[in-house]
Amino acid sequence: MVQSVGTNAPRLDCHDKLTGRTKYLDDLDIPHCWFGGVVYSSIPYGRIIKINFDPSFDWGSVVTCTFKDIPGKNNTVFLTQDQPILAEEYVKHVGEAIVLVAAPTKEILSQARSHIHIEYAASVPVLTIEQAKDKATLISGKDNILAQYCINKGDLDVGFKEAAVVIEGEYQTGFHEHAYIETQAMAAVPRTDGGLTVMGSLQCPYYVLKTLVSVLNCGADRVNVRQLPMGGSFGGKEDYPSLLGSYVALLAKKSGRPVKLIYSREDDIIMSTKRHPSIVKHKTGVKKDGTLTAMEINVEFNGGAYATMSPVVLSRGVIHAAGPYRCDHVRSTAVCYATHNVPCGAFRGFGVPQTIFAIEAHMDKIAEALGINPLKLRAKNCLKLGDTTQTKQLLRESVGAAQCLDTVAKGCSFEKKWQAYRRQNQAARGKKNIQKGIGLALYMHGGAFTGSGESVMKTEAGLMLQKDGVVRVLTGCTEMGQGAHTVLPQIVADTLGIPLKCVYCEVPDTDLVPDSGPTVASRTTMIVGWLLTQCAASFKERLFEFIARTYRVEKTALKLVRASFVSGSKRITDFKTAANDYLSKVGELKVIERYKLPPYIQWDPATHIGDAYPAYSWAADVAEVSVDMDTFEVTVDKMTIAVELGRAINPVLVKGQMEGGTLQALGWALMEDMQIINGHPQNKNLQTYIIPTARDIPDWRVHIIEEPFSYGPMGAKGIGELPLDGGAPAIVNAIYNATGLRITEIPVTPEKLLRQCAKL
Amino acid sequence: MKVKRKIDLNGKVTTITASPVARLLDVVRGDLKLTGTKEGCGEGECGACSVLLNNEVIDSCLVLFGQLRDGDLLVTVEGLENKRGLNRLQRSFVKNGAVHCGACIPGMLIAATALLKHNKTPSIMEIKEGIAGNLCRCTGYGRIIKAIEEVV
Amino acid sequence: MRFLNPSNLHEALTLLSKFPDCKILAGGTDVCVQLRGGGLKPKAILNIWGLNELKNIRDEGRYITIGALSTHTDIIRSPLIHKHIPVLAKACRTIGAVQVQNRGTIGGNVMNASPAGDTLPVLMAYAADVEVTSIAGQRWVPFEGFFTGYRATVVRPGEMVTGFRIAWPPRGERADFIKIGSRKAITISKVMACFRARIEHKKIVGISIAFGSVAPVPLRLKQTEAFLMGRVLTHKTIDEAVNKLASDITPINDIRSTADYRRHCCGVFLRRFLLESLCVS
Repeated sequence: MVQSVGTNAPRLDCHDKLTGRTKYLDDLDIPHCWFGGVVYSSIPYGRIIKINFDPSFDWGSVVTCTFKDIPGKNNTVFLTQDQPILAEEYVKHVGEAIVLVAAPTKEILSQARSHIHIEYAASVPVLTIEQAKDKATLISGKDNILAQYCINKGDLDVGFKEAAVVIEGEYQTGFHEHAYIETQAMAAVPRTDGGLTVMGSLQCPYYVLKTLVSVLNCGADRVNVRQLPMGGSFGGKEDYPSLLGSYVALLAKKSGRPVKLIYSREDDIIMSTKRHPSIVKHKTGVKKDGTLTAMEINVEFNGGAYATMSPVVLSRGVIHAAGPYRCDHVRSTAVCYATHNVPCGAFRGFGVPQTIFAIEAHMDKIAEALGINPLKLRAKNCLKLGDTTQTKQLLRESVGAAQCLDTVAKGCSFEKKWQAYRRQNQAARGKKNIQKGIGLALYMHGGAFTGSGESVMKTEAGLMLQKDGVVRVLTGCTEMGQGAHTVLPQIVADTLGIPLKCVYCEVPDTDLVPDSGPTVASRTTMIVGWLLTQCAASFKERLFEFIARTYRVEKTALKLVRASFVSGSKRITDFKTAANDYLSKVGELKVIERYKLPPYIQWDPATHIGDAYPAYSWAADVAEVSVDMDTFEVTVDKMTIAVELGRAINPVLVKGQMEGGTLQALGWALMEDMQIINGHPQNKNLQTYIIPTARDIPDWRVHIIEEPFSYGPMGAKGIGELPLDGGAPAIVNAIYNATGLRITEIPVTPEKLLRQCAKL
Repeated sequence: MKVKRKIDLNGKVTTITASPVARLLDVVRGDLKLTGTKEGCGEGECGACSVLLNNEVIDSCLVLFGQLRDGDLLVTVEGLENKRGLNRLQRSFVKNGAVHCGACIPGMLIAATALLKHNKTPSIMEIKEGIAGNLCRCTGYGRIIKAIEEVV
Repeated sequence: MRFLNPSNLHEALTLLSKFPDCKILAGGTDVCVQLRGGGLKPKAILNIWGLNELKNIRDEGRYITIGALSTHTDIIRSPLIHKHIPVLAKACRTIGAVQVQNRGTIGGNVMNASPAGDTLPVLMAYAADVEVTSIAGQRWVPFEGFFTGYRATVVRPGEMVTGFRIAWPPRGERADFIKIGSRKAITISKVMACFRARIEHKKIVGISIAFGSVAPVPLRLKQTEAFLMGRVLTHKTIDEAVNKLASDITPINDIRSTADYRRHCCGVFLRRFLLESLCVS
């Protein structure tokens, strides 16, 4: 049997990407296309008094839109429908769109934009969580709260009574920019039937469609949304394209022409979403031997001006807040506040990197207080088969936390090095120029939508037979660099028993593919991949019926192996011939199925108690760092990662995901310092918003561990977001091991280390 | 007001007429329709627009078309394939899983090509330095470095 | 926007006298960024990239001369620089990435006049002279008086920088260039410094210290130099010198770093250089 699952099958899109043939939106030559642009708020909060269109400019040469041009509802369609497409009376953040412009050339566009002046009556903005709590100015509802949750397990009082020691800590993270290489880019092209095609760099075609239908006040048949090849996303193109798609659609409708809108890096940074800044407080009860007895956790996120994805980001964040640890008495409360900052939205990890940073930094603080090695403390408490999580989810199978911890620690002699560095560094303090340190983080990430989300969503995917035995995968899941359009065909090819080269994914266009749910939440491989194995089984069944009929063989004896139909040891026919026969004699072969959650899933959204996710993927990171004790520059020398993901469909892609996501975490931990002062982003380009280069990378070591999950395709679980969760605390813990400086607010810049050192 | 330059573009003598103050990047992508070269930042920070000019890697967003001279040698990602298809470096990128979203890849290949032109046996550190001007947000660079290392 | 494309220096200077407001374009690594944002809208651009006569690095007896259009890569690859002023090559290696080193020129780095220009402290520490040329002729300006304020120079309309000369450094001199940025590569300096010292029988007989990114213009640390000159290099001298340094610099808080951190690093750099000098001597 020729299998592609488990092999490093080359990505199906890499040839075109390596030769420059891949057409991203900006590479498309759209005839008669105009260029779109946005005039946005230059103040964080205030009333729009007047929009001045400078009469010295020829406004007949361009098209402009304000909210008055919106035929339908003026808001994006997410859980909370609070975000206007275009500002009406008030602006609530710098970068909020007010006027749209389309012009025949970029030069005219730029002139037009500079001839639109907005007069404001500025008000004092609410910028921090503290100010939002103050409620002096209300941005959202009666309390500036965009979302809140409380998870209760056991009885905290009992837990704290059992404790020998109680340890408290507070941990903070800042705004984080996606910094995809291709900026936000979309276009709208009028169709010959009067409808509109909206396309571009977007993660979730059906999200955009939902908003467009509402904004344009039209039927779903009047507009189709097509995803084009994407130059990176990381969550940054999950919610934002619903705005940008509306902009191009409005401009195309009004001008009657195709309109392309591609953000400059500066516009992109000013207008698009960020990762939520966070403050997480821990109060933990432990026994002398390190057993966790009580965890009281308080999570606060700064959500920015509108809800976007905040309710679900916060939910996922708080569900992971207790980390991969067993504890009978837990209370986690979480609130996301509205402020007059750019809205925070989806970013790979989706709230989890913040809460995992807090718990994993806190675990080291606990270890220190108890005088226990951080590895031992984690090993003692780490979740195992049969344990329950803080949402009381019973872990039934595929729980690799302990194995990850063991593998990663052995792989780099963690315990020995940790002790040795600690001793050396304490002795050498002030004498040695470079001090080395080692740090650990253990973490997990739930795959798929939370609770019963996957049922509510009615996820669909399908397969369709093409001539010459090619199988087309029909899914709304998008390829954004993560490899979905290679991994899904691998799963289909192996389930059917045909070579990978005979399978491909259809362009994710809402006119061509069913809604497979958004390409988010580490759900594509695990959920849609699983669904495709079911589709493939039905698909094969239909072909077997046909073969049995045509060749008069017993259906139950039929197998499809290496693209040949066999019955026992007899080869009946090949897949290509059978496909062509089927298409000419029977007609279309198309299977579309709907996802069903594993039957045991129980979830109460109100209490956040139950099976939060069908399965978790697990990982452990060890960071080894060198710190220059004069300049406080930190070098991450080596990063050892062990990941348990059920089954690696494509190991090289897995390693790429782990390394790439961890590097984003490294940037977030050490250098990505998005400063938003008075609501104005200060790092408006890649010269001041610093992301890691090839010179900043550690030596990567990735260990893959497989504990198959019964409801995952070939046992696979998701790992899209997991890699961003653990890097930052591992690095911060290593810096502490090296320097004795515990920085609880990332990024840990040399400036902060100096300040901390001066305090000692 | 346009100017003419007769250059060697991806191995073919080509006469280009364009505005002298247009960025080379815009001429390559727009006038020449060679859209493999990408724009990531427009400020020389990301390297997505890297091309080879007279065998040296440059950011094409930081060069004006008028600054080209007749006889200049310009190579873009479209000029890397050989008669048999992908060249060794490109094949090594395939094999090592160095491609994710692909937006940095054309520039990355150009930078690596320039590096290998000037240094036949670069060390890992020299490879890292050679591609430090090309930002990649997906891969963590490890697979890219390995892909380059393997053709040395 | 007119594009002026002279084919030789004389033609360039003639055009410059006719269009004194034009923007001079060399490698474009700074100018193209400014043009793009729309912040810079000159009536004319004078492209001097093609002027080969400004690309030479030469041994001229008492001096090494460096043409203004020498790229950072030219300097890195120059055997002459490598042998006699290796710290200049070291500084050039830290400028941008290879892409920028291949286009950026030393003349452009100086005329961009950013306090974070990496070659500036080196030229300052080596007391380079700047050749400023117009159609009327040339003048040599000492590097120390070249910058008149934040992003301002003595170059007048109609003039351009055509080259630099650096006197041969004396034998037995130690020199270093040290820089700190926000990451390991393609990074704009938080602080950088160039040091030169000549030590005979433990005594400092020559010292030159220049810092960048700690004031509106690159700085020679006159008071610190005066303190060190003639003294015997000891740990105590080093401590005292590091303490003195604070009065020589006026760093600020900005997007890249803090005044405190910059001040701290200046001390670290000075200490590092002097300690190494002490070890070597």
